[in-house]
Parts: sequence; structure tokens; C-alpha cells
Amino acid sequence: MNQFLWLIPGAPLLSALIIALLGGLLQRRHLAILATCAAAIAFLVVLLTWLTGAATSQPLQQTLYTWIAVGNWRPTIGFILDRLALVMVSVVSGVGLLIHIYSITFMSEDSDQRRYYFFLNLFLAGMLILVLADNLLLLYLGWELVGLCSFALIGFWYREPMRASAGRKAFITTRIGDMSLAIGIFLLYNQFNDLSLSYLLENATAQWETSSQLATLTALLILGGAIGKSAQLPLQVWLPDAMAGPSPVSALIHAATMVTAGVYLIARTYPLFELAPHVQWSVAAIGTLTIVYGASAALAQNDFKRVLAYSTISQVGYMFLALGCGAYALALFHLVTHAFFKSLLFLVAGTVIHTNGNEHNIHNLGKLGNHPPLVHWTFLIGAASLAGFPLITAGFYSKEAILTASWSAPAGPLLWTFAAFGVLLTSVYIFRVYFLVFQGSRSSASKPSISSSMTWPLLILALLSLIGGLVEFPVGWPASHQWSAWLEDEFRLAVHPPLGIAYSLQFITSLLSLIGIGLALVLVRREQAGHSLTKIIFLRTGWGFDALYQTMLIHPYFSLARFLKATDALLVEGILHKMTQACLSLASACRSSVEHGVLDKSINGLLAGFRFGYARLSATQNGLLSRYALMISTGAVFLLSYWLW
Amino acid sequence: MYWLSVLIFLPLSGALIIALTGRFSVICVRWLALAITVTELLIALSLWWIADSDSNGYMHIVQVPWIPIMGIQFLLGMDGLSLLLVLLTALLVPIAILVSWNSIRHNWSTFAALLLATQAGIMGVFLALDLILFYVFWELMLVPMYFLIGLWGHERRLYAAYKFFLFTVTGSLLMLVAILGLYFIHGEQTGIYTFNYFELLHTNLSGNTEMWLMLGFFVAFAVKIPLFPIHSWLPDAHTEAPTAGSIILAGLLLKTGAYGLLRFCLPLFPGASVDFAPFAMGLGVIGILYGALLALVQEDMKRLIAYSSISHLGFVVFGIYAWNQEGLHGAMLLMLAHGVTTSALFAIVGMLEERIGTRSLPRMGGLLSPMPRLGAMLLLFTLSAMGMPGLANFVGEFLVLAGVYQVSAGLAIAGAIGIVASAIYLLWMYQRAMLGEVSSDHVWSDLDHRETLILGLLAITVLWLGLYPAPFLDYLQIPATVIIESNTATLAGTEDAFRRSD
Repeated sequence: MNQFLWLIPGAPLLSALIIALLGGLLQRRHLAILATCAAAIAFLVVLLTWLTGAATSQPLQQTLYTWIAVGNWRPTIGFILDRLALVMVSVVSGVGLLIHIYSITFMSEDSDQRRYYFFLNLFLAGMLILVLADNLLLLYLGWELVGLCSFALIGFWYREPMRASAGRKAFITTRIGDMSLAIGIFLLYNQFNDLSLSYLLENATAQWETSSQLATLTALLILGGAIGKSAQLPLQVWLPDAMAGPSPVSALIHAATMVTAGVYLIARTYPLFELAPHVQWSVAAIGTLTIVYGASAALAQNDFKRVLAYSTISQVGYMFLALGCGAYALALFHLVTHAFFKSLLFLVAGTVIHTNGNEHNIHNLGKLGNHPPLVHWTFLIGAASLAGFPLITAGFYSKEAILTASWSAPAGPLLWTFAAFGVLLTSVYIFRVYFLVFQGSRSSASKPSISSSMTWPLLILALLSLIGGLVEFPVGWPASHQWSAWLEDEFRLAVHPPLGIAYSLQFITSLLSLIGIGLALVLVRREQAGHSLTKIIFLRTGWGFDALYQTMLIHPYFSLARFLKATDALLVEGILHKMTQACLSLASACRSSVEHGVLDKSINGLLAGFRFGYARLSATQNGLLSRYALMISTGAVFLLSYWLW
Repeated sequence: MYWLSVLIFLPLSGALIIALTGRFSVICVRWLALAITVTELLIALSLWWIADSDSNGYMHIVQVPWIPIMGIQFLLGMDGLSLLLVLLTALLVPIAILVSWNSIRHNWSTFAALLLATQAGIMGVFLALDLILFYVFWELMLVPMYFLIGLWGHERRLYAAYKFFLFTVTGSLLMLVAILGLYFIHGEQTGIYTFNYFELLHTNLSGNTEMWLMLGFFVAFAVKIPLFPIHSWLPDAHTEAPTAGSIILAGLLLKTGAYGLLRFCLPLFPGASVDFAPFAMGLGVIGILYGALLALVQEDMKRLIAYSSISHLGFVVFGIYAWNQEGLHGAMLLMLAHGVTTSALFAIVGMLEERIGTRSLPRMGGLLSPMPRLGAMLLLFTLSAMGMPGLANFVGEFLVLAGVYQVSAGLAIAGAIGIVASAIYLLWMYQRAMLGEVSSDHVWSDLDHRETLILGLLAITVLWLGLYPAPFLDYLQIPATVIIESNTATLAGTEDAFRRSD
């Protein structure tokens, strides 16, 4: 199986290459099929690894070639498939395949499918490289590649400047996080002269002491990268705007896979975080704050997709909370269930918006009410799973597990309280959307039908959103804990509170999610009557982060640049100008003083002297004999006196 | 190996033939010039093919007495660094000719002659190992460049050409003084008066003299690179030059400065360079951030790319003065990467200007829909310039920063901020030019075959450098080690004195 590992990212990469080079020769429909086939190949190879026992055996490994060779350091293009990577590739290729299938119909009207499928396939390749990479440098390649595809797909409909800007914002914001990750990589390289993940983690654990400065710094820098990609506070601002992209893209990149890359990164490098307990606790704290932040902002949105975007921010916060509490397997569990129900919700949102003529406002959508029945039911399943509706949904099991585990962390009850408040808010905001969009509709006469390539992904995802949680039952239940047992080789088990507390916590959160549904109904009634929440603008703008960054960072940055441009022109040009002027005036000074004053004068003086001498001398030759005689006699007297002396 | 002389004299004689006969038709001149440069490229490629990356130091040497009475030789040598830069030169000049195919409208024969003469000069600079010979080539590439800018440039071409000439001549005169100083000091010490590089390597210099001589060289190279306070000729020269001129300037002339540092400044004056390294790195980091900030607010696309060059060459200086394996490898590779990437960007701006008649970003917008291929190519090279992994610049920048981090974490962080800043200005440029709504209803054609060929070649190079740079890095191993050894030899003394403990 080892030698086929490259096919997992290789198939979509090759397909992207074909689309880029030869796409002009293919028909639109064939492009879509080619891209889908590539995704299917990747998924089949992943299935094959499951079937051939990758789940139970040693990690698979494949090294393709030496990428860079400097001295003794030779990072390779090499892949490793352990259980953590297996979970990730399964989710990425599986959800990726479903979304490719969904896109065949969804994007069929668009004239620029070549670009769409190129970037979609490239994204899949990048994401798979990211999770399979056996060294940090290759991981960074995948990391940046998915950022690029996210940029290109958010701004897919680039003719609208707003969408193009949203893509740029996403790229630059995440790149600030990437910078932090890159510096972390430099630090690790400086310490260990190698970037191979297994080597690094082994040596760091062996050489660094817990809470040592280096470990803390490294963990912080890696956390910075994770925060950027996973849209956690304070770098979350790009994700709501990222909804400018096509809905399948939002489902795949901005819900199921790319935004969870940060979670993967922390889970991958978790020994470093264990060496830095303070940083690890900050992961939990950031996660908790983000849960409340995202959920409260989602409550006030009127744009269908923006609700889901804030919801994603909030749900990834749960994964961060789990990571911070050392419950890595549970973070991964929520990552998987979240990938199911959130991509389901996005696909439903896409369908609803699509069939209602690109209407995004949930109030208006409710009034239009052109919803196929299938869409109604699948959305309800997704919403219930997101809200953690007890017992029958996947979201319940994964979120429950995280909440219970968080109780035993340092300051656990505090974290738990915030997270539980998040559960209540989640339930309120998603059922607010459900009631507004699906229950407020005057049932219209013609229910539009949707094609099968859109139906199947919805059905499969809905099914998974229900049963996906059955691999791990809550603590203290007389049922299996396959998930954490299976991942025990990778991670240590999460610490759980005593059973009595666990049961009561489970009961309270279940109750909260049910109460939330009721509250949502009340809220919708009030909204339909014309009332609105207090502080609504503050919440709707995402707590005013955009405006803050605009005045604090972007504006000063541009001002600095303009100031430097002005001084550059003024200073350099000014100095040059002055120097030229100085040369000119020196030259003219030379002309007037040296040339005219000294040289000319002296030459003139010399000439005047000659002229004078000439005049005097010529006066002696005047032809008067008496004067000549006088002169001769004078001369004779002088000579005589000389001799006689 | 007389092939090294061929590399120099083939374009030189080509230039003379074209200039002297003069009466060829335009088409004939174009094809002749292309044929000469392609032959040159083939020679360079075959030299690469037969070159052995493990051979010790210089793979080929040409040594002929020239003016023996003064100790001047015709001494050429090629090591891995020269080889790669010769390859870059041989690649970019035919590209410059292809780019000018239709855009140069008058005096093709003079244009081609000047371009070939410049190529001969640049080849000479990368190969010469006799200091006077080096100086001759250094000036030889300058004069035809001056005329290329002054005769075929844009609106303010005379000003730009004048400024370019003034700056570089001032620098190179200082270098000449330093060369003569070194010559006489070496002569007095050993009794052998020679300009031979290998002989001069072993000159004993007192601290102060070494510093002054080093500064003489450094200023000449810093003007070319260009470093922060003496960069002001570059935006003007790049902007006003014809597209081919910008390609030669950005792709090759700037590299001669960095090459000079690597070949002459560091090995000849290791002690002074070690002392000077913090200042040079300081100038480098200022260049990185300053260039990136100024690029953000340029409205002329060519000017923007020119400022981005200042930023990128700051990384090269960074890596050179970090003076370790990673830094030097990174700097050398980044020289190649920047040469290819920036040339491609200038070529694309030239193509855009031929179509829409402006380089001004506020007057562009939405050009991706009429020209998807051109837009895709621009995206590729823009991404390369902003350090996207898998494309050329990333490997260089990553290695440079990894090297700098070992010297100073603070400087490496500043450099990393520079990479974020590059994303900011480049994406902003891309958006203003390509995205948004089309501002007019003109029908513009997409890339034709010639243009696709140009950009395709450069794109393949960019991908190659990014995905599989190992074949290039192999050749840099020995040059880098040689430079590092000159440093460790110097540091050995200081280390004994200070007993630095690790």
C-alpha cells in the first residue's frame, strides 16, 4: 500500500494540471467529470488503505524525492499516514468528493468552470498534502496552497470588487498567522537542524523541559499559525467575508476542511503544547472566547451564509477548547461530525439561495419560500446536529464529550460555563434561521425539484450527521468508546470528571440545547412582529473587529506607505536636485571667480606688462643721435665703474 | 576550455557584425540576434550538462596573458555560482529579444547590437577573475544599457538613463580605486604585481585598510543591488526602460551586484566583511520593508515591481551576510528565482502596455475576463514573487530566513514581516489590474504564440526552481562552502580570544 500513497494528493493534483494545460480542449461538462473522478480516485485510495488494514497497522510511509538539499539537511517530498492523518484524509477526500459531485449541477450554468475545477482540485491536493506531510516544510507548502485556493475561490466571481477584496482579505489575514508558523519553523530548525515531524517531536520532548522558554515560544508561534487558518480570535475577521465564494466552496473549504487545518496542526504537534501548559491553556481559553463570540455574532446576522460562517468560527472554537484540555481525540471527533453537518448546512443554504434567485437575506427567503421538501428535512437534521439535539444527532455526542472533558481542565468550570452558554446560543441562532426560512413561508405552489447530483450529497451528509456520532458514547454510558480507544496509540486519553458530575453536566447541556430551540421560537415571533435584539449592530458587525482593524492597522499602514513615498520623493529627489544645483553653482562660481577673476586677470596683467615694457622699450629706439650718444656714454661710465670697482 | 571565451565573444562579435554592417532588414536582424542568443543558451546548457557538481571549485578556467607588464591577465573561471548565473543570463537575453519582437519600432539593428553587447558584458562580469578584466566588463555592460534606456525608453528616459549612469559610475570608480589599492598593497608585500583574483585572495591587510578597500567594493555593488539609501536610480531606470531593458536590469544587472559581494567582497576582505555584516544586514532589512511599503502605494505597475525588487534583493543581502550554509544557498537561489520571476512580471506588464496603452493601475481593472491566459500567468508569477511554496522564490526566501534566524531572530522576524507585506502589495496590484469590472468595452486579444512561449518558458523555470531546486542547489554547495571557510578562517582568531561557549 505504501507505494500508492502519493496517489491521494497526486490524483487531484494531476487533474488540476490537466485542467490548467488542456482544459481549453475539453467541454465544460467533461471538466466537471474529470475533476470529480480525480476526487473519487483519492477517496478510493483512502478506502483501500482502510480495507488493507491501515487502521490497525503501522503508519504507511512514502518518500518521493529530495526537495531541497543544503549541506546535511535534505527535506523530502514524503508522506506519512498514521491514524491522525487517516481521519483527516478520510474527511477531506470524502467530503471533497461529495462536494465535487454537488458542484456538477450547482456550477453547470457558470461559464468559467475551468478555473473553478482547477482551484477546487488544487485545493484538495493541497489539503491532502498538508495532512500527509511528514515534515514541517511540506506541511507549510500544503498550508499555503490551501490558502491560495481559498483566495482564488472566494474571489471566484471577481467582477464584483467586494468578492475580490474578500479573497484578498482572507489571504492576507491568514498569512499573518502563517508568518507566525514560519517563524516557529525557523526556531525549530535552528534548534534541531531538521524539520521531520517525528524527529522534531521526539527530540523536543527529550530535550526541552516543561514550561521552558523555548517550548513556550514554539508552541505560541504554532498557535499563531493555527489561529489564522482556523479563524479564531483575534484573526477571525476573514471568515465571514469568505462567504462571497460559491456555496460548495464555503462548504468544503470554509467549513469542513481548511478551517480545521489549525486543529490538525495542533493535534499533530501536541507534544510541544504539552511542554507548554500555559500555551495549552490559552488554546482552551481562545477556543472558549471564540465559541461565545461566534455564536453571539451568528445570532444577529441576516445573511444566511454569514450565520453559518460565524457558526463555523464558534464550532472550531469547541475543537480548540478540546485541544486545550488535552482531549485531542475528542477535538478530532468534533472535527469529523462538524465536517458532516456544517457542509450539509452550507449545501442546503446554497441550494436555497440558488433556487430563490440569489437571495441571501433570511427574512426574504422565508417570504419567498421556494424550498424543495428534501432541503427542508436535511436542513432540519443539520441544524439539530449543530445544536446538539440529544441522542439522535452526531453533534450531540461530539460536543457532549468536549464539554465533559473541559470540566477537569485548569479553571475547568469556568471554561465549561462559557462553552455551555455557547451551546444555548448555538441552538438559538440555528433554529432562528430554521424557523425564519422554513416555517415562515407561505407554501408556494411550485416546489422546484433538484437534480440527483445535488440530492445524493445532501442525503449522505444528512445520514452521517445523524449516525456519525455513534462511534463514541458519552462518559459513563454503558456503550463503546471506539473512537478514543482507536486513537489511544496517537494521543493519551482525555481526563474526565467523576461520573456523578459527568452525568449532571450531560443533562444540563442537553437541556440547554432544547431550551435554545424554544427561545429561538420566541425570538422569531418577536422579530416577525418587528422587534429586534438590543446591541444588534454591534453583534452583526462581529463585535466591530473590522472597524477596529481598519483604524488600528490598515489605515496607519497605508498612511506610513504614503508618507514614505512622499519623503522618498522629497528627500532623495531633493538631495539629488540640490547636488545638481550645487554642482551647477560651483561651476558658475568657478567660471566667475577662478576663470574670470584669477586666470583671466593674471593673463591680462601679464599682457599689460608686456605691452608696457614694449612701449617703454620701443621708446628707446626713437632715432635721435644725441639720445643714443647719451646712452652709450652712460653705459660706458657704468662699465668702467664696474671694472674699476 | 575556450568555451568560456566563446560565451563572451559570441555576443560581442554578433553585436559588432550587426552594428557595422547595419543594412540588414528588421526581420533579418531580429532572427540573427535570436539565433546568436539561442546558440549562446545552447552553449551554456551544454556547459551545464557536462559540468560535474562535485568537482572541486572551478570547473573551467581560461588563462591568457593580456598586459603582462602590469600583471593583467585574461582570466576567466566558472564555478557553480557562475554557471547558474551564466545560465540565467543566457536564458533571459533571448527572452528579452522575443519580448521586443514587435514593440521596438525603430533602429532594430542598433537595439540588437546594444543588447548583445550588454550580454557580453554581463557574461564577462560573471566569468572574469582578473580584477581589471572584471572592471572592464563591469563598465562594458553599463554603457550599452545607458543607451538602451536613453534611446528606447518611455517619457522620462533621458533623466532615468542619466541618473542610472551617474549612480553606477560613481560606485564603480570607487571600486576601481579599491582595486588599485589592493593591487599595490599586494605588490609591495609579495613583489608580484598582479590583478589575479586567486593571488589577491591571500593578501594580508591591516584592519583599517581592509575596511576602506572593502567599502570601495561594497559601494559599487550596493548601488547595483541596490541597497536602501542608494536605490533611487532603480525605480526610474526600471520604469523608463523598454521592456527588454527592464528584464535585463532586474533579471541580470541587479544580480551582478550580489554576485560581486559573493565573489569579491566577502572572500577578499573576510575580516572587514564580518565586522560590516550587521550594518549590511541592517540595510538589507530596511530595504525589505521600505521597498514593500513603497510598492504598496505605486500607481505605475512597473514602478511597483521595481520597488518589489528592492525588497527582494534585501533578502539576498540578508542571506549573504548571514554567512552560513542556509543563508548563502538561499541568497544564491533567490538571485535566480528573482531573475526569472521579475523578468516575467516585467514582460507581462510590457504585454499589457502594448494592448491597453497604459501602465497605470487606476486605469486598469477587470482585465482577467478579456485576457484569461495573461491573467493566469500574472497570477502565477505574482504568487512566486510573494513566496508561495512550490514556486521559485519560496525556497530562496525560506533558506535565507532560516539562515538569518541562526544569526539573529529579530532580523528573521522582520524579514518574515516583509513576506507578509509582499503579499499585501502584490495582491493589491493583482486585484487592481485584473479583478473587478472591465472599465472599457475594447476587445483585447489574449496571449499570442510568441508571448505564450516566453511566459511558458519562464513558468516552467519557476515551477522547476520551486518544486525541485535540488539540481541547482548541488552546484552551490562548493561556492557556499568556500565563502563560509573564508569566514571561519577569520573567526578562528576571534573565537580563541573570546572562547564563546555554545
